[in-house]
This record gives sequence, structure tokens and C-alpha cells, in this order.
Amino acid sequence: MDNRTIRELGGDRWFTITNYIILSLFLLSVLYPLLYVLSASFSSSHAIVSGKVWIYPVDFTLDGYKAVFNHRLIWSGFRNSLFYMAVGTAINVALTVLAAYPLSRKDLYGRNAVMFLFVFTTMFSGGLIPFYLLVRNMGMLDTVWAMLLPGALGVWNMVITRTYFQTSLPDELLEAAQLDGCSDFSFVARVAIPLSMPVLAVITLFYAVGHWNQYFNAFIFLKSENLYPLQIVLREILIQNNVNVGMLATVVDVQSAAEREGLSNLLKYSLIVVATLPLMIIYPFVQKHFVKGVMIGSLKG
Amino acid sequence: MKTELVAHHRPKAARRGTPWSRIRKGWQLYVMLALPVLFIVIFSYVPMYGAQIAFKDFVINKSIWGSEWVGLKHFNRFIHSYDFWRLLRNTISISMYSLLAGFPFPILLALSLNYVGKTWFKKSVQMITYAPYFISVVVMVGILFELLDPRKGIVNHAITALGFEPIQFLAKAEWFQSIYVWSGVWQLVGFSCIIYLAALASIDPALHEAAVIDGANKMRRIWHVDLPGIMPVAVILLIINMGHMLDVGYEKILLMQNSLNLSTSEVIDTYVYKVALNSPGMNYSYSTMIGLFKSVINLTLLIAVNGIARRLKQSSLW
Repeated sequence: MDNRTIRELGGDRWFTITNYIILSLFLLSVLYPLLYVLSASFSSSHAIVSGKVWIYPVDFTLDGYKAVFNHRLIWSGFRNSLFYMAVGTAINVALTVLAAYPLSRKDLYGRNAVMFLFVFTTMFSGGLIPFYLLVRNMGMLDTVWAMLLPGALGVWNMVITRTYFQTSLPDELLEAAQLDGCSDFSFVARVAIPLSMPVLAVITLFYAVGHWNQYFNAFIFLKSENLYPLQIVLREILIQNNVNVGMLATVVDVQSAAEREGLSNLLKYSLIVVATLPLMIIYPFVQKHFVKGVMIGSLKG
Repeated sequence: MKTELVAHHRPKAARRGTPWSRIRKGWQLYVMLALPVLFIVIFSYVPMYGAQIAFKDFVINKSIWGSEWVGLKHFNRFIHSYDFWRLLRNTISISMYSLLAGFPFPILLALSLNYVGKTWFKKSVQMITYAPYFISVVVMVGILFELLDPRKGIVNHAITALGFEPIQFLAKAEWFQSIYVWSGVWQLVGFSCIIYLAALASIDPALHEAAVIDGANKMRRIWHVDLPGIMPVAVILLIINMGHMLDVGYEKILLMQNSLNLSTSEVIDTYVYKVALNSPGMNYSYSTMIGLFKSVINLTLLIAVNGIARRLKQSSLW
């Protein structure tokens, strides 16, 4: 008996060691590219091109960031993206709660039919072109509305929120409130929403990330430069390699063609960091709600 | 999970009174629902109605109703076109590749995390592996371009340091699908593991205790307790993925595409976009037909796989 216990403990020790090795591999393979990009953004372009940067910055410089903050389009893109994110997310969350609460009520007549109406859209769609034509026919092409209204309700987020309402708001609570003469409107505003902050934090984050990272709608719906969100500007610079270095030359002293190319390269690394940083700063605060929000929302019920 | 995904949930309680009295009593609920329903009808169902132009010759200055019916003309043109098999092959191969490469890693990560005693280590691994999820497609492709650059990128610095020739990753058609799929795995592994972690957390601890009393080590507990515990979730995710077999991340592919990798990177979704919105022909009807073809196949696959799962007494969507 004793013998067996000891052998198994030994087996479990190997398990634990292997487990830490596996997790370290996951950790390193995810972390390293992020770390490299961050380090490269603070290194001189010469050090990047000649392959001297491996882990930490080499020839520390802020030229890349100077170039980013002096790029006119980047600023307006940043401003537009913030606007689309703030207003868009507010619309999203409001619509989601308005749909999720009634559908969480077991006494809602026609609940299954309405639920099917929503869920069916995740399995079948009319496709890109009819969607494009709709936005066009509604006169939203090249307006801010094209960035805010289409797709304003994420069905999965609605389902998660609905399940959360179902599991975290006991029937007795509703009955007690109704006995006190509380209407459905005020129940949502005073009870359901305050009690569901974890799931609301999570869907707010998902929607906000969706808006911040959205490029395709802007790409097909917007024509005016002054409406461009950051992602479109990023596409110009990172993908199309359309860096207007001439415009930057006044900020950072560059003369030769090689230096210009180096600067545009450095600018890209800095730009990647600047474009991603806002979300990287926000999400750890919401992360603790992932467990409560997503787990309860998606699994139980 | 299984009952929640679709509206086939039958509550036992609170079904009292005639429909009319229940509607009248809960009128405020219908007021709340009005706006979201209006949105979903406009932005999801109106396009489904508009998809009828797939069977018409739609011209932009005429309305959807004013265009002439042409039956299956565009369908026949598509399945007999030179592009058809290439598109189908690329779409399915990218989709299957993503599915196979993307399935095991989140499960492995979740199982590993589940057996970590040190909370700070567990927390930091989770925090860091989630992070790439928040990187936008544009930035992701930008990072790939920088890191894989044949002259300036770190990957080729490493390859040349080891004494090999640099590889033109993005200019070679044979590399395209691997780059697309593995960068996707990198980006999503932490996020996809959340749902498995949730499934693991909901396993009854008594099962683990019983296994320990029976003398099971951790490996056996994974095999006999944890894996059966996450099976239902894995099956549901598989069914949902099958329902999107022909949807591939066209936003990312469009950004990664160039004339040199087109033979492996052109998929149905990118083609739909190009035929209508990025070509002088503006062939809306033809493009809509291709999109509709895709949606119908997806829905068929979803229903079929769900049916199989039900037959096999696995968890299913409905």
C-alpha cells in the first residue's frame, strides 16, 4: 500500500514538472513576439535591420514614437476610433440588455420564437453584397452611421447576457419586486443591471475591442479621409507600406534614402505598439470578470 | 450549454394564463424588445431578402424589384467557372487546417492551467496568452510582415544565423496557409481556452475525489474525469465550426494577399468581395450568388453535423 502511494506521488511529480514545462512553452511562444515588437520599437532602425535586436532594445531611441505622433492621419484616426468605440459600444450594450432581459424572462410569451429570430442570424446570412446594398440604400455610405449601426447587436453577447440574467437573478427577487409595485422597466434599471456588472463589463470589453479593431466596414463604407478610423490608417502604413516619410523629415533629421527607409521601418514597430496599447491597458482590469461573466453566461442554464 | 445555444428551452414554471393576458401583463418587456428586434430585422433579415438578386440580373441604378429574373444563370456560371474548384479547395483546406491546428492547443493549455498550484503563475500565463486576442487583424498582419520580412525580419535573421538561405515567406504560395493558420493559433489559443477552463471548473469535485481514492494519478484523472467533462463543450464547438466551414477570415486574408500567393490564398469570401466591390464589372448578382452558395452549404453542414452528434448521443445544438 505504502509502496503504491509513493510510486504514484513520483508519477505526479513528473506530471507537475512536465506541466510547468508545457506552460512555460506556451508562455514563451506567446510572449516572445510581443516582447520583440516592443523592444524593436525602442531600437534604432539600423539595429533592427542588421539583426542586433533579439530581446531588449539596442541603441535606445524614441525616433519611431516621435514619427508616430507627428503623423497627421494617425492622430485623426485615433480620435475617430475613440469616437466610434465610445458611441458604438454604448449603442451595442444598450441594445444587448434590451434584448437579453425580456428573453431571460420565462413568462415572456413568444420567447422561443424571438430567440430563434436572433440565433438564426448566426447560422445563415444574406451575404456581403446585400448587406452592402442595404447600407448604401439607407444612405449611410461615407457617414459615421455606417460605423455605428450595422451589426450593432452581437447575438452571442446577447445570449451570454441573457443566460447571466437567468442564472443570477432568482425568480423570488422578481416576485418580491413585483409585490412592491416595481415595473419591468424599473426592475431592469434598478435590479437587473446593477446585479449583472461582471457580464456587462465583459460584453462592453468585447464590443469595444470589436470597434477599435474594426477595419473592413470602414474599408468598404467610408471614402472620406477625415472619417477614417485608426485601422484604415494602419492599413495604409503597415500593409500598403504607404509611409509619407518626407512629411516626417522635419521632425527627425533624415537625409539619405536608406535612413528614410529605416525610419519608416521603425515607425511601423512604434505604430503597432501605440495602436495596441489602449486595449492591453484596459483588459487586465476586466479579465477578472471573464470567469464570472463568460463562464456563468456560456455554460450554465 | 447545449440547451442554451438555441431557443429550444422549455421552462416548466411561469406558464400561466392565456397568451393575451400574459402579453398584456408583460407589455413593457415587448417595448424593450422592439428596438433590438427592429435592428436584427433590418440588418440581418433585409439582406436575406435582398439575396434574391442572386437569381436576377441586378443593375445598380434599378431597384432590387425592378431587375429581371434569370433563374440559376449565375449559379451555373459559378460552378462551371475556372475559379470554382480552386476557390473551394483553398477554402476547405484553410478551414480544415485551422480546425485541426486550432483544436488541440486550447484544450492542452486549459488542462495544464487546471493543474497549476501556484496562483500567480496561473494568472500570469492566462493574462499573457489572452493578450494577442486584442491585437487587430491589421496590426497582426503588420507584425507578420515585419517579422517575416526577408531582409529586415527577425525570423530570417535567425534563419541566416543558422546558416540557411532567407525565405520569402509572403511571396511563396506554399507558405501562405501555414502562416495564416499558425498566426491564428498564436492569436487565439489563450482566448479559446477560457471556455474549456469554464467547463473544467464546472466538473463536480466529487468525481476527482473519488478518482483519487481509487488511486488514480493526475494523468489518469485527466483521461477519465477531465476529458469526458469537456467533451460536450468540444462537440458543441466542433458543430459550430462545421457550420462555418466555408467562412474563413477574409479580413485577414485580404490583407495578406498578393499576386504571388493568390493560388493558395484566394477563398470564396475574398472572391465575393472582389467580384462586386473591387472590380470594374460591379457584378453584384454573380457575387451574391457565390455568397449565397456559401451560406447554404454552411447551414447544410451545420444541420448535418448536429444530426450526427444527436445520433451518437453527444451534446448538440438542438
